Amino acid sequence: MKTLDSFRLDIAALFHREHMRSEMDEELSSHIQHRADDLERSGLPRLEAERRARIEFGGREKYKEEIHQSTGGNLLASVLQDIRFALRVLRKSPGFTIAAVLTLALAIGANAVVFSVMNAFVLRPLDVPHAESLYALQHGDEASGYESYADYLDLRDRNRTFESLLAYNATQLGLDDGKDPSSVWVLEASGNYFDTLGLKPYLGNFFHSADEHGPNSAPYIVLTYDYWHTHFQDDHGVVGRVVRLNKHPFTILGVGPRGYNGTLLFFNPEIFIPIVEHPLFGGEDLNTRSAHWVFELMGHLKPGVTPALAIADLNSIGGQLEKAYPKDERKMTFVLARPNLYGDYLGRPVMAFLAGLMLLAGLILLAACANLGSLFAARAADRSREVALRLALGSSRKRILRGLFTEALLISLAGGCLGLAGSVMLLSALSAWRPFPRWPIHIGVNPDATVYAVAVLLALVSGLLFGAVPVRQVLRTNPYEVVKAGSNSRSGRRFTLRDVLLVVQIAICAVLVTSSMVAVRGLARSLHAGFGFDTQNILLAETDLGMADYSTDRVPAMQKRMVEALAALPGVESVGFANGLPMGDDAGNSDIFTDNTTDLKPANAVINAWAYSVSPEYFRAAGTALLAGRAFTWQDDKNAPRVAVVNGVFARKFFGSETSALGRLFKIKDGTRIQVVGIAEDGKYGSVSEEPKAAMFLPILQSPSRSTQLVVRSKRDPQLLGAAMRNALRQLDTGLPVLIEPREGPMGVMLFGPRMATISLGVLGIMGGMLSITGIFGMATYSVSKRLKELGIRIALGAKRKEVLQAALGRPLKLLVLGSAAGLLLGLLATRVLSYIVYQATPRDPLVLFGVVLAMSMLGLIATWIPAQRALSVNPLVLLRED
Amino acid sequence: MTDQAQLLPGTLDLLILRAVSLGPLHGYGILLRIGQISGNALLIEQGALYPGLFRLVRQGLLKADWGTSDNNRRAKFYELTAAGRKRLREETESWNRLAGAIASALSPQPEEA
Repeated sequence: MKTLDSFRLDIAALFHREHMRSEMDEELSSHIQHRADDLERSGLPRLEAERRARIEFGGREKYKEEIHQSTGGNLLASVLQDIRFALRVLRKSPGFTIAAVLTLALAIGANAVVFSVMNAFVLRPLDVPHAESLYALQHGDEASGYESYADYLDLRDRNRTFESLLAYNATQLGLDDGKDPSSVWVLEASGNYFDTLGLKPYLGNFFHSADEHGPNSAPYIVLTYDYWHTHFQDDHGVVGRVVRLNKHPFTILGVGPRGYNGTLLFFNPEIFIPIVEHPLFGGEDLNTRSAHWVFELMGHLKPGVTPALAIADLNSIGGQLEKAYPKDERKMTFVLARPNLYGDYLGRPVMAFLAGLMLLAGLILLAACANLGSLFAARAADRSREVALRLALGSSRKRILRGLFTEALLISLAGGCLGLAGSVMLLSALSAWRPFPRWPIHIGVNPDATVYAVAVLLALVSGLLFGAVPVRQVLRTNPYEVVKAGSNSRSGRRFTLRDVLLVVQIAICAVLVTSSMVAVRGLARSLHAGFGFDTQNILLAETDLGMADYSTDRVPAMQKRMVEALAALPGVESVGFANGLPMGDDAGNSDIFTDNTTDLKPANAVINAWAYSVSPEYFRAAGTALLAGRAFTWQDDKNAPRVAVVNGVFARKFFGSETSALGRLFKIKDGTRIQVVGIAEDGKYGSVSEEPKAAMFLPILQSPSRSTQLVVRSKRDPQLLGAAMRNALRQLDTGLPVLIEPREGPMGVMLFGPRMATISLGVLGIMGGMLSITGIFGMATYSVSKRLKELGIRIALGAKRKEVLQAALGRPLKLLVLGSAAGLLLGLLATRVLSYIVYQATPRDPLVLFGVVLAMSMLGLIATWIPAQRALSVNPLVLLRED
Repeated sequence: MTDQAQLLPGTLDLLILRAVSLGPLHGYGILLRIGQISGNALLIEQGALYPGLFRLVRQGLLKADWGTSDNNRRAKFYELTAAGRKRLREETESWNRLAGAIASALSPQPEEA
């Protein structure tokens, strides 16, 4: 309380200094007047009395000064004084100050960015009330959450551990509000969705469980706030309006809460519809137990229920379902996951990656601190004479240390602010970025208060850390010795703290450089891996005939017309289409059984293969080579025997070899017997880093689909061709939403992870490199300037250039080699960790080893160039004259 | 005036507290009061009073307020705070102990007589 009071007085003293001064003046004058009054009463004339009173009072200015001092053990004032002094000192060496601030800004900025992303991805809970008790269901044997709708109903109604259980699924539909038909991302949500999450509408109403009366019974829409804002211009009259979804009328019920964008972090749907409407859009039947199309289930645990209890509850229901429906159910065990990033499917790898990145960013900061610590130590050594003088003149060591720490903290705070400002800019760019135009993915990573606090804390801690390096030096300073001996006193030949710091820093930087090179090599290799299709000279036109409500019998004719229209465009070599594309979305999987299997339950499947329905021209258009057999023809239709083209992996795994597969038969889940008529080359289907996977292609006429992904091969300019394609398709049907994009378009999602990993590791590697340059540069410059006189003498005595360089730079270079070797070793060990993130990250890559060695020596060369020039240009005459 | 004693270091604060303990006073009044209660035996340079006063205010032992004096002049009046009163009591006791000890040490001892 008392300290608080005196602090208050401190502040008052600071801000009311003028006021205090005049008040003090008035008080002293009042005293003199009172004394003069007394003297006047004793008979003196007034003027004489006042003169006497002033004399008696004594040195007025002296007392005022004393008063200031008696009140001015003012901590705040002396801190300000420290700051002013530190600023003056720093201004005197702008090069050092700028280098230090920038170094720290880079390091703090990197940490702020990584932490901010981590904060947004992992730490921040879903933005719903009581997010702490919200869990998503995930399969016990696989990091996914797909269920059939029938299973969802059983889980929802039979469990005793959840308050309620919601289900949702994401899909894309064509929305026609009478103006421009566009495709929207839709969250098909169970009736209890909003009530389970405890959300309140911004406008109008939500749908509820009571609205569901079986399939297609609830034609209602809830808009997200954002979609309402951008597409309905905040029109409050929107409630009750009827719009068309894939031509079916739906009534807008209301608008969701502001800032609520669905249950899946970063996947922002635009509207919500009841999940019972799913079959209306050609989706799976609600009662089919084998169709696991519901994306995810989640709910709040009842109060007092532990996750373990809930898992046991769910597993017992799963066991019952397995017994009751052995034909349809796979193993039904469950675990609970945090809902943010689709449970562990994305959550775990993202978390692992971010933790790794955070570690590297932390290393950057540590390296920066080591860097600044050695710079500070060097500076303190340079200033030893000044320190000694101040000590000799009566300054306390405490005061001098306080000054040094003030400098360190000023630099760290300036660096922190600069770094934070930079990272805020970067992060807001990242937040505005939509990496995949076809997916409603938003990366909302804007920093919040936690991020700011962490950044400032990091700045302060690092300031204290590198500020503490020269402490011992100052404490040991013996003013008498230093002043007597001059500044030439050298501390022997042994390794000093500075040397150790430099080695540590270089080692850290070498680790970063190694990891970034491993990552870049991994990505480069993954991009050159055989995809099994061409990515050049291909343009895609993706559409779903369901969006314009084509009935099943009209679909093949329309697809043929689209192919013909596109093939007729000038410059187009061939046009094929498929229901989904390898390395795209929308593709399905199928269990494959031997021809003599009769019990077609999932457990009896030999393999699981990617399944694509393709048109006859697809293989040519996509650039997928056929190794044997034939492609499809338009005669492979409903009336012809069922056929398939399988890839090499399929043939080898299922039939033993590629040659023996041709003409053989296999069965799929519905019992259909299919004959292999061709073998296609292997490729990538789900992700770049996947193990070789089995895949099969089926004739589009034998397994039709309304989802139509047209593959157009042409060497024409994509811009022009794209416009022509859009035109041609629009002439066929004006109401059909079409997305035109290059072949890499849908692959962006698959490549996103590795690309981001490589970019961030690359950036960290570059930062590490820059830090080691400044570190070595500082060290080399310092060592040259310290020994300038010695070098001058050597040159005067006839030393050769090589010998001079060796004398001047031998030590920093030795440290560089030592640090690089240690860092390279550590980096190679670290790549074991990296290989989880980056495809084919192998440390035993001669190119990487060579690259790291080359990079580190380049860094060394750059960093020692200027000091070396300085050492060589020493003019002994000038130098020896100086002292 | 010449037979006035020099003030021991640290005793001015005690005297100020004592002077003010009898009622609020302005600076000049404190000086007069000290003269009065010490029988004018102590030499205090007038201005030297003020650093002490400010220090005591800062330590929270005194509080100050502007008012009007008997001479009808504006003046700053000082009075004891609770902390000041407590401090005065403690300091008085310890001073008395010290003074007693010094006095008994300096008084003629039996063997001297």
